[in-house]
Amino acid sequence: MIAGTATNVVFGLLRMAVLLAALDAAPGGRIAGYDVAATVTYVWLGQGLLAFVVLWGDAALANRIRSGDVVVDLYRPWDLQQALLAEDLGRAAYCAVTRLVPPVVVGALLFPFRWPTPERWPVFLVSAVLAVLVSFGMRFLVNASTFWLLDNRGVMALYGVATGILCGLTVPLDFFPEWARFALWFTPMPAIMQSPIDVFIGHGSLWLTVGHQVFWAVALFLAGRLALARAVRKVVVQGG
Amino acid sequence: MADGIYRKILHARLRGQLSYRGSFLLDCLAQAIAQGGELVVILVLFNRITALGGFSVTEVLLVYALASTAFGMSDLFAGQLNALPMYIREGTFDVLLLRPLGTLPQLMASDLPLKRIGRVFSGLVVLGYALLHNDVVWTPWSVGLLLVTPVAGAVIFSGIWVLACSVCFWLVDGQELANTVTYGSNTFTSYPISVYSGWLRRLMAFVVPGAFVAYYPALALLDKTDPLGAPAWLGWVAPLVAALVAGLAGITWTFAVRHYRGTGS
Amino acid sequence: MIEVRDLRREFRVSEKAGFLRRAHRTVAAVDGVSFDVAAGEAVGYVGPNGAGKSTTIKMLTGILVPTSGTVRVSGVDPSRQRKELARRIGVVFGQRSQLWWDLPLKDSFELLKAIYRVSAPDFTARLAECVELLELGPFLTTPVRQLSLGQRMRGEVTASLLHAPELLVLDEPTIGLDLESKERLREFLAELNTKRGTTLLLTTHDLDDIQRLCPRLMVIDHGTVLADGPLADLRAEVSPDRVLVVDLEDAAPPLDDLPGVTSVRLEMGGKRQHLAFRRDVTTAAALITAVAARAEVHDLAVVEPEIDDVVRRLYERRHLGAECR
Repeated sequence: MIAGTATNVVFGLLRMAVLLAALDAAPGGRIAGYDVAATVTYVWLGQGLLAFVVLWGDAALANRIRSGDVVVDLYRPWDLQQALLAEDLGRAAYCAVTRLVPPVVVGALLFPFRWPTPERWPVFLVSAVLAVLVSFGMRFLVNASTFWLLDNRGVMALYGVATGILCGLTVPLDFFPEWARFALWFTPMPAIMQSPIDVFIGHGSLWLTVGHQVFWAVALFLAGRLALARAVRKVVVQGG
Repeated sequence: MADGIYRKILHARLRGQLSYRGSFLLDCLAQAIAQGGELVVILVLFNRITALGGFSVTEVLLVYALASTAFGMSDLFAGQLNALPMYIREGTFDVLLLRPLGTLPQLMASDLPLKRIGRVFSGLVVLGYALLHNDVVWTPWSVGLLLVTPVAGAVIFSGIWVLACSVCFWLVDGQELANTVTYGSNTFTSYPISVYSGWLRRLMAFVVPGAFVAYYPALALLDKTDPLGAPAWLGWVAPLVAALVAGLAGITWTFAVRHYRGTGS
Repeated sequence: MIEVRDLRREFRVSEKAGFLRRAHRTVAAVDGVSFDVAAGEAVGYVGPNGAGKSTTIKMLTGILVPTSGTVRVSGVDPSRQRKELARRIGVVFGQRSQLWWDLPLKDSFELLKAIYRVSAPDFTARLAECVELLELGPFLTTPVRQLSLGQRMRGEVTASLLHAPELLVLDEPTIGLDLESKERLREFLAELNTKRGTTLLLTTHDLDDIQRLCPRLMVIDHGTVLADGPLADLRAEVSPDRVLVVDLEDAAPPLDDLPGVTSVRLEMGGKRQHLAFRRDVTTAAALITAVAARAEVHDLAVVEPEIDDVVRRLYERRHLGAECR
């Protein structure tokens, strides 16, 4: 936890330096509505959310599929997807304390930080949970692809680097050119990280942001069900 | 003589990888994109501004490309050091000690992940672009500097990698701290150091000599004066800094292994 | 071949002692061990887990540096001349591989040939011999990760012999192997020792390995050598008794009054009797004659105490001694 937070802090400092240097050179000292406080908050909240939403993806289910252990999971009297979701929410709750709070505290203590207005707090909590749900939905699908691809490490590696850029970790998505921003909102990517940050700093339309998250959380969950059902049929028919 | 051995080891490792051809291309692509992540940031920012830390977009791209190529080359060999905690935990480090070769070169040659070529490749593409779009005065000296810089940079990165990973001989979860230094300096060196300030700049530019990987050599290639006021000759000393870092890394590694074998504790 | 004097190795163990405080304690894993192994010997080094076996092996092979004492192996100091030593000895660890995981076995051998600078004719000859005796042929081109444990161990042994070491150190070479693989490996090692004169030092939990391979046994516990000598001597030392098992035609009362018999255990209501006797008082032949005079003997066998018993009794004796002190 200490080592992880140290990493978050160093990368937070590097990211913040680059973005603030950019603000410095921008007309009026702001880019796409981000002033210094919004940028600082964006950076440190992002470093905290990184582990909270498992931005890079994970491989636990994929490893169980590859080793064949998944058969045991499938025959247990539970819904595998819901069981994994429950597990992931528990993990996120733990991460909220150990990984999300520390970078935010560092940012808030040392730099000009912007806290949400009181009525935004509950919305932020909802948005953060939705971010975990969307991330879970994406990770579940990426992992489940192992049922069809013998070796999906390439897919996972690709997912890991794509999220870093497209979810809004390295640079706020509103800095992107118009066409790219437009295209990104048709994907679940912003819902994983940029959305809770936007809610926190009061950027953009609150309800549109959360609505987008709800849509993707539900859509990905249903897609995951469908994929799992097909995978089960495949495992049963082919015997793994 | 000894290098013949390592050539054979690396050659065999390459053949070993071809047995996993499956997701190789995607992996390669992921590596290229991973290294290109910083490129996206640069391009997105310059969509909104015209200068960053006193540098134009093509100038920043030159710094980024030099750093990226050097890091990619270093990652090919020194990247294996990320497996050091596993070697120690599983006792396979002992096997390296049973062979009549040095442990560090054996570890570096233990794998040659071809997919990481993707990182070098994306660096070289941007380097080509940046050289075409900057006013570089071509003399035998600048050509020499251009060829030497990525190599010196790779040695500096590798040295940092060795120094950081040596921590793993003492700390069980030293790997993540080491990554902060190695991947952190990859990010740091991708931008002109004038972007950073205070102790962060002093630490990452001079204590970890990140400024010599790309920033100072880029200034020399561009024949540009440092906005921070450093003398121009700093652009030419990267090989010296590299030699210094390599020497320090070698001594630290020897000390760390001695600790592992039980005399250093 | 091996010369060990007053060898000692300490480890610092730290343990929690209250909030944020750690207490450090020094533990001697090897505590004053001395022994010699002559060229051509085959020595078994046994002891329970944590007795100091692996630590000794690591000091002999140059992985660990002793805290004090001296070691010379093959004429060099392992801690100072690690690379020189590596050329002269071969080491097989049962639990950690020296082969390249995703390369065919053959390629691993080729790499070791380059690493140890073995000449092409030597390499071809040695490899051919191992391939024949260990029957590596069928899986020589299989990647190591796909080999069974038995196949892999045969590969490991071959890998450690390509540079024709004078001394082969084996740490638990038969652990986890099936009976057939164990037997094949033992046969090979025995031949290596007797025909080629390669010195063997092996640690093992499987005392059959010792019985089969090692005329000399060293027992270590708590970092010190408990016993060192030929297996037969150790046996006589800890248990002077041998056992005669007789199957009688008809059940008989315990034959405990025969000369030299110290105890009797009955089976099948007295049809089978285990007669323990002092070998310094009587002989097996004399005892058989005495039994035949009393009852009709259907079958008989003379049993040596099991090697496990010998080792166990050595431990017991030591712990009794400790209590008396």
